[in-house]
Amino acid sequence: MSAYFLEIEDLTVSFGGFKAIDGLNLYVDRDELRVVIGPNGAGKTTLLDLICGRTKATAGSIRFKAKELTSLPEHKIVRFGVGRKFQNPSIYENLTVFENLEISFPRGRGVLGALFFRRTQDVIDRVHEVAREIFLEDRLDEPAELLSHGQKQWLEIGMLLMQDPELLMLDEPVAGMSVAERKKTAELLKRICRNRSVIVIEHDMEFVKSIADKVTVMHQGKVLAEGPMDKVQADPRVIEVYLGH
Amino acid sequence: MTISKGMQWSRAELASVLILAAVILIVLPLALDIFRLNLVGKYLTYAFVAVGLVLCWGYGGILSLGQGVFFGLGGYCIAMFLKLEASDPESTKIQSTPGIPDFMDWNQLTELPAFWVPFKSFTWALIAMLLVPGVLAAIVGFAMFKRRVGGVYFAIITQAIAAILTILIIGQQGYTGGVNGITDLRTLHGWDIRTDSAKYILYYVNAALLIGAVIGVRYILKSKLGKLLIALRDKEERVRFSGYDVASFKVFMFVLAALLSAIGGAMFTLQVGFMSPSFVGIVPSIEMVIFTAVGGRMSLVGAVYGSLLVNWAKTFFSESFPELWLLFMGGLFIAVVMYFPNGLAGIVDQFMKKRAAARAAAPTPPLVTEPVAPAVGALSPADATASPAPQPLADQQVRA
Repeated sequence: MSAYFLEIEDLTVSFGGFKAIDGLNLYVDRDELRVVIGPNGAGKTTLLDLICGRTKATAGSIRFKAKELTSLPEHKIVRFGVGRKFQNPSIYENLTVFENLEISFPRGRGVLGALFFRRTQDVIDRVHEVAREIFLEDRLDEPAELLSHGQKQWLEIGMLLMQDPELLMLDEPVAGMSVAERKKTAELLKRICRNRSVIVIEHDMEFVKSIADKVTVMHQGKVLAEGPMDKVQADPRVIEVYLGH
Repeated sequence: MTISKGMQWSRAELASVLILAAVILIVLPLALDIFRLNLVGKYLTYAFVAVGLVLCWGYGGILSLGQGVFFGLGGYCIAMFLKLEASDPESTKIQSTPGIPDFMDWNQLTELPAFWVPFKSFTWALIAMLLVPGVLAAIVGFAMFKRRVGGVYFAIITQAIAAILTILIIGQQGYTGGVNGITDLRTLHGWDIRTDSAKYILYYVNAALLIGAVIGVRYILKSKLGKLLIALRDKEERVRFSGYDVASFKVFMFVLAALLSAIGGAMFTLQVGFMSPSFVGIVPSIEMVIFTAVGGRMSLVGAVYGSLLVNWAKTFFSESFPELWLLFMGGLFIAVVMYFPNGLAGIVDQFMKKRAAARAAAPTPPLVTEPVAPAVGALSPADATASPAPQPLADQQVRA
């Protein structure tokens, strides 16, 4: 039955009668990098909110590794292997880059665990490994507020990598990045989608083309089209609602 | 990056605690007579509340306007034990029911209420002193934080609880001593707590416990839990979506602050010799927040000095200008919030930074500066007390 890593079926959420997500079906495989595009208000961010538990579904199901997520609290969904990056870089400005990554290390997540957490060698090694991956190894001791916008985006991706999630969801990861930074991010994303699923929401079409295996186009809370980028781009319905604008 | 970096005490932090210990353990006892020292001991019991507020409000961003509830509950638990010991049948033989506290007799009670009976045991009184406030804080905390109630709403609810408890205590005077509270406390296991020697001993016990509380809370702030608190204030959602159950951390802080308040309340009862609803309600609870704000809500040591100074000023002014005191206190709070959001500790910290910058800008022969520099650093009680993570004022005010 559960052929797919992530299975979303008949998902609906309604905010006071307005259906932000309306009977949506989405299946994502392991090792797949899926890009979700769509015009503003199509429900892309709401979809991520539903998967990570920030918003509760009105109806339908979200199964990840054959486990139903819709009834779990947020922190349990995270511990089950779902990581999510927010639209605006969401990092701890008053802590150093090292501490930002350290807090995301999946150990000592209870009150007592955090109280008696020790910065052991494996934590340090892991922080350095991830920092290298996100191009920030030489910035570890700096307060995170001193990073550029693009570096903050990387740091948040790094914080997710610390958790080693099996489903990684990124909401506009290249917003505010320079061309060079975008290129590096595209390489980063291709590297990190091994052994996991990655869902990316993005507006930048050049960037989407450079990373996507498969693209899902959303419109008014539904899936409008799905497939390789060139096929989707040629779809007249897609052109009408989105690309034509 | 070393293993321990960020988790160890800096020299300035160590110095600030040592200076505080020297002030309250050596300087004040030598400088003051026992009457004044006993007053200081009373002020220092409020400092427990203030230290708890630094953790819960300063770092955790949870403003409780009801810490008097926990202070009072801790104090009442000890007062109940002491009152029962003071109410032996011999000394209460003129009552119509000898052997029960006097206020019960005045209220026509003829036997000890069931919930008073366990308080004949000092062990139980000590357990209850922590258990009752701790459990109440846990219940309130779970009910609020699991539902993501915070900020102003939380503050209002804690204030309502303070009002409710006061009304309950005053209304049930046969069980609680009513508006007068539980008075005329005499001995602890036969040891007369009203003598000068007892007052000295209790002062030192209180001071040592307070230093212990400061060290303990600083240990917490230095741990990953302390960093999580800063992270929570920065980006609560990010912490939640990094796999942390945010509510449980807030409950922990609130309960810990309540336990500290309760210890303060218990020490208050022992040193002052009574406990009454006037230390439970809305006004004392807000006063305790003011002590913390004046001392510096990001500074454990600052909070202790804040409690001492504001209370000293209160005693001084209310002796001379009783009707102006409340206005002065309100003005003080507004001034601190508007102009010195990090309180006295923040002012001292800024001063030290300026000095350090001036020293760095004007190089002097190393032979002169080297012996001087550490000494100046060590003399600043609040140097270490400044927030390890200076954060934007706007953010703090929103949370306050």
